[in-house]
Amino acid sequence: MNSIEYRPFQSGIAPSRARAIPWVSVMLGSCVTAIPLIATVPLLPPVGLLMLLSWRLLARFSLRHWAAGPLGLFDDLVSGQPLGSAVLLWSTSFLLIEMIEARLVFRDFWQDWLIAGGAIAFCLLLGRFVAVPVGAHVDAVLLAQIVITAMLFPLTARLVAWIDRKRDAE
Amino acid sequence: MAPARDRRTGFSRRRQNSVFFSYVLAVAGAIVGAVLLVISTFNPPAFAALRMAAASVTVPVSSVVAVAVDGVASVPENIGHYFFVRRENAELREVLKRQNALVLRARALVMENRHLHRLLNVRDRAAETVVVARLVSSSASSSRRFALLNAGRWSGVRPGMPVRAADGLVGRILETGPNAARVLLLSDSDSIVPVQRTRDGLPAVAAGRGDGRIDIRAVSGTNVRFQRGDLFVTSGVGGLYAPGIPVARLDANGIDAVASATLATPDSLDMAMVERVYMPMPAPVAATP
Repeated sequence: MNSIEYRPFQSGIAPSRARAIPWVSVMLGSCVTAIPLIATVPLLPPVGLLMLLSWRLLARFSLRHWAAGPLGLFDDLVSGQPLGSAVLLWSTSFLLIEMIEARLVFRDFWQDWLIAGGAIAFCLLLGRFVAVPVGAHVDAVLLAQIVITAMLFPLTARLVAWIDRKRDAE
Repeated sequence: MAPARDRRTGFSRRRQNSVFFSYVLAVAGAIVGAVLLVISTFNPPAFAALRMAAASVTVPVSSVVAVAVDGVASVPENIGHYFFVRRENAELREVLKRQNALVLRARALVMENRHLHRLLNVRDRAAETVVVARLVSSSASSSRRFALLNAGRWSGVRPGMPVRAADGLVGRILETGPNAARVLLLSDSDSIVPVQRTRDGLPAVAAGRGDGRIDIRAVSGTNVRFQRGDLFVTSGVGGLYAPGIPVARLDANGIDAVASATLATPDSLDMAMVERVYMPMPAPVAATP
């Protein structure tokens, strides 16, 4: 290798592609609802939301502040929730995370997990109240769904960390 | 994790502005979401076209995956069938012999029924099947209970059409795309179907609970006793569902309202039949001056 070919600051992956990868991974997470499964109870975790929170908490500059809105719109199109619910709830949880981040600057993974758990519970609970009437019998299943989703956060965090590392390395 | 220094804007006016506007956009996103939510709450079909455009992309993918999964899952089953084919054959012969008498009797009854209808001059409609298709995916992460059908407007599916399986009612079509349709399942908390008890014609409604089951509620009077084993079929009231489609068989006693499972289980369904709307609403008559 001669000195001309040595470019220490050039990253292998095109900047546009590197910026698109977080968006695409969140949208693929939303598309998990396309799996051929006719569920009678809502137990599938909202994978799009998990991916979004993982990107936001682990690699905070990978998504813009306003990215939650368009990504939420896409999630609403495929999830069956009334259109606008994820746009509102995901944007609000982004703003809440921003406020928490301004106060809690030194964070460990446990704090990240706690913040993600809070955001998941916030989105799923409010999503339930905007989607179905208060009298519907979905609350026990909803609690189970919140617990399952919060427990899956370390997994998606690992996945996001792996994608992020590949994104930087390439 | 260390605090984010990169977000400090320094003295660059351009950088300050871009950070400021990204926050403005973030708040605007939340406000737009709230407006969209209000619109879709008060006018649920408002964004049907957008949703079905997305569904017409995901449904073919789901169909292919469903066929692949079925193919893999059927391998052990087929091997099992191969080993037990003799015993199964004998069993089926037995069943056929038993059912034969029943079929003959049913044929006689159908004929008699037709004669009686003709005598009474009843104008009856027969339920027509529009298309037979698969339910390929569902809103598994949402509290709503929707399923996606892999047939749409190209196959003649229209909103409002009832969807049934061989063993009972599944739901009705809510929105249609070119090659996909969204089905409101019976267990959705917005679904209400008028039904009647087969034993005595007692009118009731089957309202979805949201947890995969339905509530059978009596509509006439109070202190109505429901018994275990009561069979409920659609009554045809409202003109959407043809009368006589099985809906639920009670597995518990109750008074006035009782929760029950549906007869057709959408989670283990092979094929769903879309039927024509039983008695379509007449077109609105233009007001004459």
